[in-house]
Amino acid sequence: MYFTLAWRNIWRNKRRSYITIASITFAVMLACAMRSVQLGSYERMIETAARFFTGYIQIHKNGYWEDKTIDNSFSYTEDLIEKVASVEGVIEVVPRIESFALASFEQKTKGTMVLGIDPEKEHKLTEVKDKLVEGEYLKSDDQSIMIAKGLADYLRVGIGDSVVLIGQGYHGTNAVGIYPVSGIMKFPVPEQNNSTIYLPLKEAQWLYATGDQLSSLSLVIDKANHVDRIVADIGKDVDLEAYEVMGWKDLMPELVQGIEIDNISSKVMIWILYIVIGFGMFGTFLMMTAERMYEFGVLLSIGMKRIKMQFVIFLEMALMASIGVVAGVMISLPFILYYHFHPIYFGGEMQAAIEDFGVEAAYYFSVQPSLFYNQAWAIFLMAGILSLYPLIVIHKLKPVKAMREN
Amino acid sequence: MSIIKATDITKTYNATAVPVHALNGINLEIEKGEFTAIVGPSGCGKTTLLNILGGLDHPTTGEVTLAGTNITTMQDGKLIDFRLKNIGFVFQAYNLIPVLTTQENVEFIMLLQKRPKQERDARALELLTQMGIADKAGQRPSQLSGGQQQRVAVARALASKPQFILADEPTANLDSHSTSSLLDIMAKMNKEEGATFVFSTHDQRVIDKARRMITLEDGQIISDEKR
Ligand SMILES: Nc1ncnc2c1ncn2[C@@H]1O[C@H](COP(=O)(O)OP(=O)(O)OP(=O)(O)O)[C@@H](O)[C@H]1O
Ligand SMILES: [Mg+2]
Repeated sequence: MYFTLAWRNIWRNKRRSYITIASITFAVMLACAMRSVQLGSYERMIETAARFFTGYIQIHKNGYWEDKTIDNSFSYTEDLIEKVASVEGVIEVVPRIESFALASFEQKTKGTMVLGIDPEKEHKLTEVKDKLVEGEYLKSDDQSIMIAKGLADYLRVGIGDSVVLIGQGYHGTNAVGIYPVSGIMKFPVPEQNNSTIYLPLKEAQWLYATGDQLSSLSLVIDKANHVDRIVADIGKDVDLEAYEVMGWKDLMPELVQGIEIDNISSKVMIWILYIVIGFGMFGTFLMMTAERMYEFGVLLSIGMKRIKMQFVIFLEMALMASIGVVAGVMISLPFILYYHFHPIYFGGEMQAAIEDFGVEAAYYFSVQPSLFYNQAWAIFLMAGILSLYPLIVIHKLKPVKAMREN
Repeated sequence: MSIIKATDITKTYNATAVPVHALNGINLEIEKGEFTAIVGPSGCGKTTLLNILGGLDHPTTGEVTLAGTNITTMQDGKLIDFRLKNIGFVFQAYNLIPVLTTQENVEFIMLLQKRPKQERDARALELLTQMGIADKAGQRPSQLSGGQQQRVAVARALASKPQFILADEPTANLDSHSTSSLLDIMAKMNKEEGATFVFSTHDQRVIDKARRMITLEDGQIISDEKR
């Protein structure tokens, strides 16, 4: 009955209610879309960085992260690998050697990041095979390199050309090698695309004279949000004096911080949007109250309890807000889902301009449930606060006065 | 025992620079089953008196006892409940909830009283039939004439069989035909259901139908005649 009353009251002034609901719908749609792109870009950043680069979890010799030199490496032992691999959620343990080298070809030289990898395991971690645009993927006993496209273009090398690598090896030895290019890979993240060289693990260990040492073990895990639990579980099994176990948040603190700051400014934008819509809602709630003072007076006179009147009014506002929220989510959801599976890529000049900022030229859409129900919460919170006005009006209502004012 | 008893009621409005003494010492008793008109020139205090008798407003001094209960000191929530259970109200106009149908309006008070659906339906239909507007049961107030709306208001006031019904100028917005038919219906309900009516009016035709007439002037009772 109260529901019927509230429902019919909403449609007393159809046009006004439509406009109010439409404005809520519009705000929710816009907010969902904005948040989806925002969160999508964060997810993508984390994914490209963690999923396709560092891995979600890394194990190093204790102290490596502070001082990333080839000297801070540790021995590859079956025991360690087994311990790590046996933790629930760990799918693959991927060994790496990471260091720097100058790469030269003819007149060109550039500082590069050299990764010694186990080609098959590395692919499981970073799907690097899919990045290959020319030549062939490394095999574990090759004595050749794969080079990122940006770097290859800079050095003007092609498949079969030999690149000289010069760096510093274990405990100050010279690391010098000459390797033919067997493959060229293209990475979406410009920084990576302009500086990466892959070498088979064994060859890298020889180049840097590390013996069987590694700089890191990167882990392929079942779910990104299991990171903290897995890090903790590994910590129980391995000697934390000798090793450091780090999740992606520790591996990329600047990224995490950057995302947090960006996220706050995006939330502020959304709140400004909501406040604007809130004024519209308030206008409606105000009119819905003001024009019914006489009616409230009658209801109070004939014996309707204030709390029941307040409940009906509250229901009216909650219903309008709900319709707006549901409509907003329902309309935006198909688009967001579509673009989640078909991200928008920019081409041509646009792509170049965006990539100059060091980010990927694409819009990714997130479908995190929270991005939808957060909009619902925001609208309900606002409706709740705004409906205080009519609730207070009814609380203070005097029947005679209310009926005189009309 | 009288159903309405007002003792030494005064009401002073202090809203303006000069206080308005709307009621100056009203003493009044109304018995069950009476059909009473409160009359007098505009501004004499009829509305003020009815509001105080119905517990919608507080007297400045004096006491109101309804069906043996002193309502003067009653707190707001209890008073609302008391009105729901004991008093039916009919106002000059716009009595009805615009979004409810005729039948729903009549049922509304019974609903607030949590009466079962069957009883509500039966009672609403009975009253609407007695009022001669059973065919309008499914229509909204805006689709009814002023006279029909007031009949629905009377039906609603009667629905829960209150101790008495207060009506402030129920016919003020009606033409003469609607006025007399509304009065006839009120008189009939007074006879058939034993409903106690107290209504204010300036309309001579309404006054003629009353069986008791209390005349106010400047906030005082100047005559009280039974017929
Ligand atoms: N809320 C108020 N504030 C100030 N003065 C008021 C208020 N309500 C009524 N009055 C004054 O009290 C007096 C009695 O008013 P009341 O409405 O009771 O008269 P009435 O007999 O019902 O008149 P009418 O026949 O015109 O309806 C009038 O002088 C009026 O101006
Ligand atoms: Mg009056």
